[in-house]
Amino acid sequence: MGGYQPGPFARGIAWATVLYLLLPITIVIPVSLTDQRYLSLPYESLSLQHYVNLLTSEAWRGAIWQSCLIAVASTLIAVVAGTLCAIACWRISNGATNLIRALMLLPLIIPSIVYAVGLYRYFGKLDLLDRFLGVTLAHGVTGIPYVVITVSTALAAFDPRLEQAARGMGASLSQTLRWVILPRIAPGILSGAIFAFIHSWDELVMVLFIASRQVFTLPRKIWDGINENLDPSMAAVAVLLILFTVILLGLDLALRRRREG
Amino acid sequence: MRRDAGWWVLLLPAFLLMTIFYLAPIAQVLAISVTEPTPGLGNYERLFTNPAVQRVIGTTLRICIITTLISLALGYVLAYVIALASPRAQRWWLLGVLVPLWISVLVRAFAWVTLLRRQGLVNQGLQGMGVIDEPLQLVWNEFGIVVGMVHYMVPYAVLPMLASMREIDPRVLAAARGLGASRFTAFTRVFLPLSAPGLAAAAVLVFIVTLGFYITPAILGGGKTLMAAEWIKLQILDLVRWGLGAMLATVMVLTILVTLAVFSRVIDLGRMFGAQR
Repeated sequence: MGGYQPGPFARGIAWATVLYLLLPITIVIPVSLTDQRYLSLPYESLSLQHYVNLLTSEAWRGAIWQSCLIAVASTLIAVVAGTLCAIACWRISNGATNLIRALMLLPLIIPSIVYAVGLYRYFGKLDLLDRFLGVTLAHGVTGIPYVVITVSTALAAFDPRLEQAARGMGASLSQTLRWVILPRIAPGILSGAIFAFIHSWDELVMVLFIASRQVFTLPRKIWDGINENLDPSMAAVAVLLILFTVILLGLDLALRRRREG
Repeated sequence: MRRDAGWWVLLLPAFLLMTIFYLAPIAQVLAISVTEPTPGLGNYERLFTNPAVQRVIGTTLRICIITTLISLALGYVLAYVIALASPRAQRWWLLGVLVPLWISVLVRAFAWVTLLRRQGLVNQGLQGMGVIDEPLQLVWNEFGIVVGMVHYMVPYAVLPMLASMREIDPRVLAAARGLGASRFTAFTRVFLPLSAPGLAAAAVLVFIVTLGFYITPAILGGGKTLMAAEWIKLQILDLVRWGLGAMLATVMVLTILVTLAVFSRVIDLGRMFGAQR
């Protein structure tokens, strides 16, 4: 670009940094295929026994299932609330809505440990501790900022005159939303949904405080595994999680490319 | 104006959810910090009198500052190389930054434990090659925490810096070189000042995220090096000292908000969070 190239020193450091970011994560792949019963590289042959263990274990399957349910339900909350809020802020656009938009970003700024401590006490009073609904609400609310950001970005590229034209020709607010605004920002909504889903799917700090036995999510199970017995099935879970994230990100990337046309 | 009323209704679900299920619990933390065990500022007094509290704050700040500096240095160079790469190459570099950003924190901490523990692959490898006789203590100390946290924070450092570097016209650099500046001078006198706003935004973002970090330090610190978040969890879940835990949580939030307020003059916060796109 412009014929200006960074020097070899800068390139060297950049390469080293990217390798530092990527390589350590890939180590879980060979470890998950080990033929040993403890964490190690495969000695004599590759083995899928740890994947079999994982997928036949009642405890792991239960955790995966619960995480899925919570992630889907909380994504729904985040997407509906976040999308409507972003549209309203975009349309009204004054001092008050700027403040509201800033408010929606708070969960990205305030550490989840602080929120988790507050929730522990607050949900205790509402009888929401260790309940599916409680975790779903907590994840849903903290997923809102991801949706607000992606939808606001999509709206920035949307011509407000289209909305005015629709209303001017007599469309009601819900008709305008349904037929004019939503179709145009659908890719933004979907990307927000992907991030809100990953957020809930990976979330551990809140779960440590507000769930114990009834609700036992996948991150919680991994956490216990790391702290108690480091065995190769952990590596197998790690590989599956990485695959899952990469697929979701690929989906997001594809959406983005379509949106940018 | 009457027509606008409908739009305000759309704000309601998010606003109510946020107020009832987010702001109220946070406000509760602030309230606990001044009411338990006795009303007053007794908990905050501990900041000045209790050596354990001071040690935790010291450790947290030290690790956060070291992590921030290393992440910024690595992230800056990476962003610089990405910004000057061809659009095609940029896409690949970005993938290398975004994929780790979204991979589970737990998975990454687990990978580091596998690599760095006593019987881990790094120690085994070094021993196998005869470089060391005794395994090195690479994890369950501050070194391990910093390695894991920098790994987590580099992508956060790269994104805001890259956003601001992309607005720099690379032809200015070529012009500086053409007018006789060395590569070093062109960088320090032209590129560095132009990219300073991105650098400041990245510094603030990385610092405030590291302050509240829980999972990585808890796993890679092995309970020996306590950072603020883990200490808060210990106070509340294990020792049931609500006031003390809530006090440190409040101090954490205030530190973050003050940092943001001070820097909001220099940096565009909207862009900072938009950069995560």
